[in-house]
Amino acid sequence: MALVNTTKGEMDEALLEKREGSLDNDNESTTWVEYWLDGELVHRSVHVALKKNVSSVAEAASFN
Amino acid sequence: MANTQAMTTSFMGELMTATHNFGTAPVRATGATDSFKGALYLTTATVNASTTAYSATNEVSGTNYTAGGVAVTFGTPPTATNSSATAGVAFVTPSASITYTNVTLTTAFDAVLIYNSTQSDKAVSVHTFGSQTVTAGTFTLTMPSNTTTTALIRLATT
Repeated sequence: MALVNTTKGEMDEALLEKREGSLDNDNESTTWVEYWLDGELVHRSVHVALKKNVSSVAEAASFN
Repeated sequence: MANTQAMTTSFMGELMTATHNFGTAPVRATGATDSFKGALYLTTATVNASTTAYSATNEVSGTNYTAGGVAVTFGTPPTATNSSATAGVAFVTPSASITYTNVTLTTAFDAVLIYNSTQSDKAVSVHTFGSQTVTAGTFTLTMPSNTTTTALIRLATT
């Protein structure tokens, strides 16, 4: 029996409706999992894998 | 042999470790690595390149989320790598995922601010992602590989 942390405490996963989703683009690769009980969202976890860094270009100027 | 105008790559790496000071030096208690944190911001916030320090304004709030966010671990020191006589890159990436455990954040958020909690909460970088909420769950930000091209924070010459 797998237990899921929910807004109503830990519940047996078998009692819940599981919905999963994902998003993948140049900036991120994201997955999420939701558990619903009688039409109510009781758990949602999200995993974001960042792909895009912040980068700054440095430059040494010339004398002219 | 010939001379080549360039910003040295070692300098860029040393900027990341506070070796050089062209102005007024910050007061540092020790030479130890600073501590960093990651705070989440609502989609209605305006954290960006002009952000100078952490602020609780428009930060997320909710069950098990502490204002200011969670620790961000930089277990690997910055690396500076030359690619030519004129080009190089200094880079650093958190060595572990940033994780907010068992939180409920019902108002949509889409950004994390990494800031230096040792140096007056001064801002380091802002990273955005698709709008999210979390319900009695975990929000995890996994870092890219710490390489010259993918590291989370890069200073580069071309």
